[in-house]
Amino acid sequence: MKLDRRAAMATLVKDRDDDLLVVPGLGSTTWDLAAAGDNPRNFYLWGAMGGAAMIGLGLALAQPKRRVAVITGDGEMLMGLGSLATISNKRPPNLAVVIFDNGVYGETGMQPSHTQMGVDLLGVAGACGISACLDVRDEGALVDLAARLKELRETLFARVLIAAEEPPRVLPLRDGVALKDRFRAALGVKA
Amino acid sequence: MSTQAGGWPDQLFEAIKRGGVRQVGYVPDAGHARLIDRCRADDEISDVVLTTEEEGIALAAGAWLGGQRAALLMQSSGLGNCVNMLSLARTCRFPLLMLITMRGEWQEFNPWQVPMGSIVEPVLKLCEAEVYRIREPDEVAGAAERAVQQAFGDERIVAMVLSQQLIGRKVWTK
Repeated sequence: MKLDRRAAMATLVKDRDDDLLVVPGLGSTTWDLAAAGDNPRNFYLWGAMGGAAMIGLGLALAQPKRRVAVITGDGEMLMGLGSLATISNKRPPNLAVVIFDNGVYGETGMQPSHTQMGVDLLGVAGACGISACLDVRDEGALVDLAARLKELRETLFARVLIAAEEPPRVLPLRDGVALKDRFRAALGVKA
Repeated sequence: MSTQAGGWPDQLFEAIKRGGVRQVGYVPDAGHARLIDRCRADDEISDVVLTTEEEGIALAAGAWLGGQRAALLMQSSGLGNCVNMLSLARTCRFPLLMLITMRGEWQEFNPWQVPMGSIVEPVLKLCEAEVYRIREPDEVAGAAERAVQQAFGDERIVAMVLSQQLIGRKVWTK
């Protein structure tokens, strides 16, 4: 029984503290994060497909005392697969890349993705040199991952196997400037 | 190639360093070799080698969300890889400082560089970037200072387009 995406997201951000910064990817993971509760420390992506992991890298390097969780889908990750090689070169200890893998492109009509046809994202991350790779297939492993997100010590990659379902969309703020400004204000940064 | 100390690559380095840039994403490029070396040798700068240029646009957005300034170094061919990802900077008004070395123009030997090189400036302008075209070494320092100010002060996309004439001819056979 594969995990339910909405429940999985809710588990990952349950009781989050102010030092957890979350970047979901274009599409379903943005709706999942919005459904779990809005927070100014979420930077929702309504575009920039393939960019979520790299936004996470820039953010993790800039904020070494906070923790960054990129939580995106298999299709979004596949578009920026090279960024796993780039992240592995820097390996910030405060970055986690979590893939909600359902093997389909849910936003465009559930067409099969490469992961359904044999591409193993966990293997890709490991081959890029990310040593902490978690295969999350059940509730117990999900709870363990949520605990790891509260106390990151090394670059973490996790694949969460979720069911291919399309829950009703929950749409967050989509004004990019407002999302950026409130995120920076919540962190109290100037640059 | 200008590789001597105090040349235009060093002036670019000093401008971004003085401007507070702390992350530099780059795709390796001969024209930027000296600047890349300076960034890699600097303890205050996180140098991030990219597999493709568009990664650098997302990197710079993440840096700014976290309160740091980033710059992106690439060759003109890399701009073509960036076009959709530039919508991230445009939609959210992220500062983006791009330092682009030109190919496909002055004394170019390789015709495969021409199609992308010839459309760099119009593509940048369509993407709402401010473009500084640099042809002479003595233009570099002043333009770099202005570019840094405009990118981070006004939260704009600013591209310094460094002409092939400035960079020098690539030697193909010795």
